[in-house]
Amino acid sequence: MVRLLEVSKLTKRYSQGNIIDRTVFTAVDHISFDINEAEVFTLAGESGCGKTTTAKLILGFEEATSGEIRHNGKVQTRNEKPWLTESVQAIFQDPFSTFNPMRRVDSYFHETVQNFRLAQSKQEATARIDKKLRLVGLTYQEIAGRYPSEFSGGQLQRISIARALVTDPKVIIADEPVSMVDASLRMSIVNLFKQLRDELGVSILYITHDLATAYYVSDRIAIMFRGKIVEMGSVDQVLMKPKHPYSKLLRDSIPQADPRQRWTTTVTLAELEQEEYLRQGCRFAGRCPDVMDICKSVAPADIRVDEALVQCHLYADQNDRQTAASYSMKTQP
Amino acid sequence: MAEKQQTILRTQNLQAFYVLEMQGAQKIVKAVNEVNLQVYENEIYGIAGESGCGKTTLLKTLFNEIAPPLRLIEGKLYYRINDAEVDVTGMSADEKRRLRMEYISYIPQGSMSVFNPVQRIRGTFQDFIGSHVSGKNREQVFELAHRRVLELGLPRNVLDTYPHQLSGGMRQRVTIALASVLNPRIMIGDEPTTALDVVVQRGVIQMLKEIQRSLKNTIIMVTHDMGVHANIADRIGIMYAGKIVEEGTTEQIFANPSHPYTQFLINSLPKFGDKSMRDSVPGSPPSLADVPKGCPFHPRCPHARDICRQQMPDLTRLNDDHKVACWLVGGQDG
Repeated sequence: MVRLLEVSKLTKRYSQGNIIDRTVFTAVDHISFDINEAEVFTLAGESGCGKTTTAKLILGFEEATSGEIRHNGKVQTRNEKPWLTESVQAIFQDPFSTFNPMRRVDSYFHETVQNFRLAQSKQEATARIDKKLRLVGLTYQEIAGRYPSEFSGGQLQRISIARALVTDPKVIIADEPVSMVDASLRMSIVNLFKQLRDELGVSILYITHDLATAYYVSDRIAIMFRGKIVEMGSVDQVLMKPKHPYSKLLRDSIPQADPRQRWTTTVTLAELEQEEYLRQGCRFAGRCPDVMDICKSVAPADIRVDEALVQCHLYADQNDRQTAASYSMKTQP
Repeated sequence: MAEKQQTILRTQNLQAFYVLEMQGAQKIVKAVNEVNLQVYENEIYGIAGESGCGKTTLLKTLFNEIAPPLRLIEGKLYYRINDAEVDVTGMSADEKRRLRMEYISYIPQGSMSVFNPVQRIRGTFQDFIGSHVSGKNREQVFELAHRRVLELGLPRNVLDTYPHQLSGGMRQRVTIALASVLNPRIMIGDEPTTALDVVVQRGVIQMLKEIQRSLKNTIIMVTHDMGVHANIADRIGIMYAGKIVEEGTTEQIFANPSHPYTQFLINSLPKFGDKSMRDSVPGSPPSLADVPKGCPFHPRCPHARDICRQQMPDLTRLNDDHKVACWLVGGQDG
């Protein structure tokens, strides 16, 4: 299998404060994952968990503190920003701020064609753009000469996807693509991702906080919490049988559209997110219902449990007893 | 909920339009169109619909905040105050102001811009209480504010922070605390949990339910998230193009959605353990400035018939509380 995108031990630190009183916190902390061909990979987590920072690092908008991003086996360096490589394209959260309200929508398409020299003539360019727009259920006729205000949010998001498709990308980085789109139109975007994967073989890094659509669309998922991937595996593993206490909490907190399944238990909310970032040991220890002494001092390593990677001390003992060999292999600094 | 409930808020044929005049040409946006609502005491009433369907305008109208370009075209809005039904549409600005926040309060959506950024939360509470409670009681009410903040599980020092020091969820909870501090009989929430993380959203819903339980008041809440409605609402009204097209108890709406639009809303939601293909509602919502003739849903409806294109069906009672406006469901006699 071809690994289109490999991220290994990617880390990004931000520092806050002045020269005397400085807090350094790790927004993305040694995360590793890879994306295969024709796959939807979800990076899920709450706001402030580092998922958007990860997207920015992959797209080269931010410089990583340490770690590597390999793209098609090649290490990404400062001079080869991936957005110049045609094969990685991005879709952003807010379709209304993606487009300049004073600029015609079709100009974005022509600009992309020109930047990558994808067509010899205007007719060829238009034909290419029309083909991509048809994939998302629109036509060139419908968008030509029109301004962003003339479209609905769902339409603009589809236009944004078509724009990304113009270069025939291998990977699309989609940062919260449905969170600003109406619930009733959300599925049309998510279904489009499925279609792109199945028909064009495009891989998608789907960054979201919406686990329900993540389950529906993706093949594999990584749950991020305060800069770390706490659980990673196939969606069926991670979302149907969550192992990490945080994944369980996240999974249980999704409101089910069924009045018979109302919540019966109460939750404790984090008081300050920075506190959790700076916490020694497991960052979830302050809210974890199964917290142990070791959690407060030692950060857990990746442990393989039933085809999923989990960062939790709860599984260390059990795993130690059962498959000591595989555990020592998987332990990472 | 067996006994007959006391109505606390009632609208009668409410029509509120935005009337925009541009170089002589008039543009009318029919945001609230012939809405008949009856909201009871001690319940959570949910209003669901897409963006641009008029939900926020409906809330504004219910809050009696009708200012140009929004105009009340027709209809009446009644609150039940001291066991008497009062028509509030004709009230003077002063009378309206007295009702606000004490009798009916409002929880805004984006709590980012709700607080004064250069003032501590304490100051906002003081301003707020100061403008509603005169002299003597002020100390007591401020004491109450302090107690409410603690009761709601917010940290003790929250009153001493500036808004930017709080996370989005915390700010939203402080907003709710502020809206409930004068023990209003009705609280109106405009997407109070949208834009929050799922865990935080769950905390906020938990808090709203607790407040409702302890004050025994009424919450009218708008959100497009059917999952949230399923968790919090006692009754739900489905809004489409400025009209309520279906209304019923939460159980009825989810067990037996009768309007094709409601069916789409509920069936398009992805569920865990079920990866089968889900369709979104076809087409896009109509512009309220140019609402289709007849049933406004007919251009998107798979069951549209001739009559749907001609005439808007009335709300028909299916059983006790369940009402629907659709020609498919015995609307013929309406």
